[in-house]
Amino acid sequence: MSKRTHISATVNGDPVEFLTAPSTTLLDALRDELQLTGAKEGCGSGDCGACSVMLDGRLVCSCLVLAVEAEGRRVETIEGMAEGGQLHPLQQKFLEHAALQCGFCTPGLLVAAKALLDANPDPTETEARYWLAGNLCRCTGYDKIIRAVMDAAADLRQAQRVIA
Amino acid sequence: MAHVSISSDGRGFTGGLAELEVDAPTVRGLILQLDQRYPGLGDYVQRRMAIAIDGEIHQDAYAEPLGADSEVFLIPKIGGG
Amino acid sequence: MTDVMEKPAVKPELKVVGTRPVRPDGVDKVTGRAAYGADLALPGMLIGKIKRSPHAHARIVSIDVRKARALPGVKAIVTADDFPDLASQEYEAGESASNLRDLSQNVMARSKALYKGHALAAVAATSAAIAQEAVDLIEVTYEVMPHVIDVEAAMAPHAPVLHDHLYTEGLDERPKLPSNIAKRNRLERGDLDEGFAKAEVIVEGRYTTQAVHQGYIEPHACVCSMSEDGQGQVWASSQGQFMIRTYCAKILGLEIADIRVTPAEIGGGFGGKTTVYLEPVALALSRQSGAPVKMVMSREDVFEATGPTSGAVIQVKLGATRDGRITAAEVELKYQAGAFPGSPVGAGSMTALACYDLENFRITGWDVVTNSPKVAAYRAPGAPISAFGVESAMDDLARKLSMDPIALRELNGVRDGVKAAYGPTFHNIGYLESLKAAKEHPHYSAPLAPGQGRGVAVGFWFNVGGESTATVHVNEDGGAVVATGNPDIGGSRASMAMMAAEVLGLPMEKVRPIVADTASIGFSMLTGGSRTTFATGMAVTQAAEKIVVDLKRRAGLLWDLPADQIEWRDGAAVCLDPSKEGLRPMPLAAIAAQSAKTGGPIGAEVSLNAQGAGPGFGVHICDVEIDRETGNVSVVRYTAVQDVGKAIHPAYVEGQIQGGVAQGVGWALNEEYVFDGDGQMENPGFLDYRVPVASDLPMIDTVMVEVPNPRHPFGAKGVGEVPIVPPLAAVANAVRGALGVRMHDLPLSPPKVRAVIDAL
Repeated sequence: MSKRTHISATVNGDPVEFLTAPSTTLLDALRDELQLTGAKEGCGSGDCGACSVMLDGRLVCSCLVLAVEAEGRRVETIEGMAEGGQLHPLQQKFLEHAALQCGFCTPGLLVAAKALLDANPDPTETEARYWLAGNLCRCTGYDKIIRAVMDAAADLRQAQRVIA
Repeated sequence: MAHVSISSDGRGFTGGLAELEVDAPTVRGLILQLDQRYPGLGDYVQRRMAIAIDGEIHQDAYAEPLGADSEVFLIPKIGGG
Repeated sequence: MTDVMEKPAVKPELKVVGTRPVRPDGVDKVTGRAAYGADLALPGMLIGKIKRSPHAHARIVSIDVRKARALPGVKAIVTADDFPDLASQEYEAGESASNLRDLSQNVMARSKALYKGHALAAVAATSAAIAQEAVDLIEVTYEVMPHVIDVEAAMAPHAPVLHDHLYTEGLDERPKLPSNIAKRNRLERGDLDEGFAKAEVIVEGRYTTQAVHQGYIEPHACVCSMSEDGQGQVWASSQGQFMIRTYCAKILGLEIADIRVTPAEIGGGFGGKTTVYLEPVALALSRQSGAPVKMVMSREDVFEATGPTSGAVIQVKLGATRDGRITAAEVELKYQAGAFPGSPVGAGSMTALACYDLENFRITGWDVVTNSPKVAAYRAPGAPISAFGVESAMDDLARKLSMDPIALRELNGVRDGVKAAYGPTFHNIGYLESLKAAKEHPHYSAPLAPGQGRGVAVGFWFNVGGESTATVHVNEDGGAVVATGNPDIGGSRASMAMMAAEVLGLPMEKVRPIVADTASIGFSMLTGGSRTTFATGMAVTQAAEKIVVDLKRRAGLLWDLPADQIEWRDGAAVCLDPSKEGLRPMPLAAIAAQSAKTGGPIGAEVSLNAQGAGPGFGVHICDVEIDRETGNVSVVRYTAVQDVGKAIHPAYVEGQIQGGVAQGVGWALNEEYVFDGDGQMENPGFLDYRVPVASDLPMIDTVMVEVPNPRHPFGAKGVGEVPIVPPLAAVANAVRGALGVRMHDLPLSPPKVRAVIDAL
């Protein structure tokens, strides 16, 4: 067995270090080395989105990223979404709209939805549906998820107007 | 007398008979009588069948009472998903 | 314990039940904190992996594990030799009886591999990489045999036979030779020939469906640990911790008391997690190695080695008089069971005509084994398949009669007092009410754009009751804990807290619901069959009511009053004696603070076998649009009406309906197991096994019709399974409307639709 590589990265704003084999995915490194089990493996082939994280501000399937690629880069996971005990508006709206049933796809969906609203604060329903098409949900039929995302988007736009 | 109808599953024990009259105060009594008349049927009913009494389906309900003119159906147990 | 309910003389207005509070476990789920089966890690934990058959049908001549065992880091290897050789025996631990011998051989093949992916051996090692390397070093000698997967091919004479001991049950005469036909069932009433003779209009159709998977996003996962004294611990994602305990005990030859199962959060089940695959294997590996073992399936394993539901052939013939009254109905169902007997063809038969009040019918069902994974329950098992055929034929009948499809169903619809096709008489059903609500819904009269089509279909599911236990404890400060033994798949935990809060008169936030492990709560049947809100809710309500009786007694002690002078109102004891005007209501917290003085800790446990589950009916309206160039069918509008009894938490009831619709749409349009000539699944991944994504669906409108079930304290009926029953035909009927041609074979995928368009 070859020696593992030492990786330094920033995860959810904090500097982290871990050891990884060359073939280990970022998903497995997050879950097994850093105990950040919020990102889930649903398929291992980048088709379900349950492993979604942000890598240097870009939405990726962490099962398709090698852990070694995280060297020197910035990773954001579901665990970093709430700040200082306060839920992000997306998280709050998911709860209010009952936009989750089993909750397994929820972390990936929230990360992807946040990436959507960061890129496009005023999406149409169709734009939201297509952006989130890479996140499979088998429980909800997506109805309440889309409502929650649109509602959170409206709240965030309102907050921006207040600040501006 | 309870009027008992048996789905095709159970008719192997009754020689094809689909309808019977049984005089029993409870489901337990019914099963005992069925087994007396058709050996093996009582055990089969307990393991593999649900009992509908006057429209209500019961699975494993020995103590459920049978009325004087109860309509009883023996149907396969139902499993959901 | 029986389920007789004491009804209060005057029913007060509900304060919690029927509202939409945030679920108590919600924050954990939106922050990634919630722990699912694969999220647990124990010190010293090994990783387990399974060696699976590459062949669809083969005799296992030998398994040589020596090279694998010699690999450094390998701590345990098991094969069927490490499991008792169970004789055929029916045992009920899941929802319906399982044959333990078949279940055991599905978990670990004994003499034959019966499908590609069938487990043959397992390894536990210090890392996943080493475990996989060891799996590849296990040498298996096979005698490959011809295989059969198509259900009619499996029924044909001279088909390769999977089991030498399988002789068809349910025929008039026991056959002389074994075959792949495990069983025939039959339901009939009246005189079919006479019924068809009376008919002025006849429609016939032959329909097919393919095997589809429940498609839960979370693969099966568990962590199991056996200590040196034979005590086992299982942490697993499952629909039933007691079911896991029982099956593991039986498959391993252990005492039930020696295994403790803690349910992890579950990432979807839909019936597919009502059985065991990994848990007995992980326990056996742990027993051998002396260390905890984690096993997680890959997505490929989930598709290839866990039960999809049956692919099937459905034949329907309907006869009616010109006024629309159906005079005769004949249905024949052939369902794949997968490698071992036990397809849901029985339930498919019983539900096929359940929405119709008929004098003459015959339904024949065939349970057929095939070289594909053993089928597992999938949401209303069997019913969507038979409904697809019947509801497509009903649509053709409506067209032939030039009759409105809802009017046709109203004319022939079941109502209170009518005998169901499967036997018993219906009471307190809301089918006609649901049809009316659908007919009056704006969707039904909305104009269609050119090229669009509209379809209507109905569906039925029994819903079950069964054994449940609940405990409710009052804390020293007047809050409460509700514990049940039912994993929370879709928000049921919230409903349990709501029902307890309603009875105790507490705000929802003061009631904490938990899902307990098998050592911490009495037995509960698993979460499935649309039973939890009904049966476990009944146990929770009864436990809370017992506590209310006790609270009144304690208030009586503290006030020096007889208990019958005390009422429980809005979470407090209230004195009814007019001469004691000065006594202010005593809230729960005040009584709890003095519990030691009045008898000790305040709590109640109720175990019951809930009877009287109310069946559910659904009426769905679907609009589609077809892209003539690609053959892609889009659902542009969908309305689902359902009789729910009483919606305890309306948002979760809506969610169940919407989720079932989405699965049905996927089943109708894209999902299928594709097998190659060697019996290998060609699409064991989410790229090519195409489930609906967010851009495939519109908003799904729901209408909850509430015809209460008098057997439940709040009137609830099961809701989760009905919604998957109508969509297959609702979509197919809409496609018929848009295309002008009936398509009989699911899924209605783009290449097939294109072929129809090309032929027009």
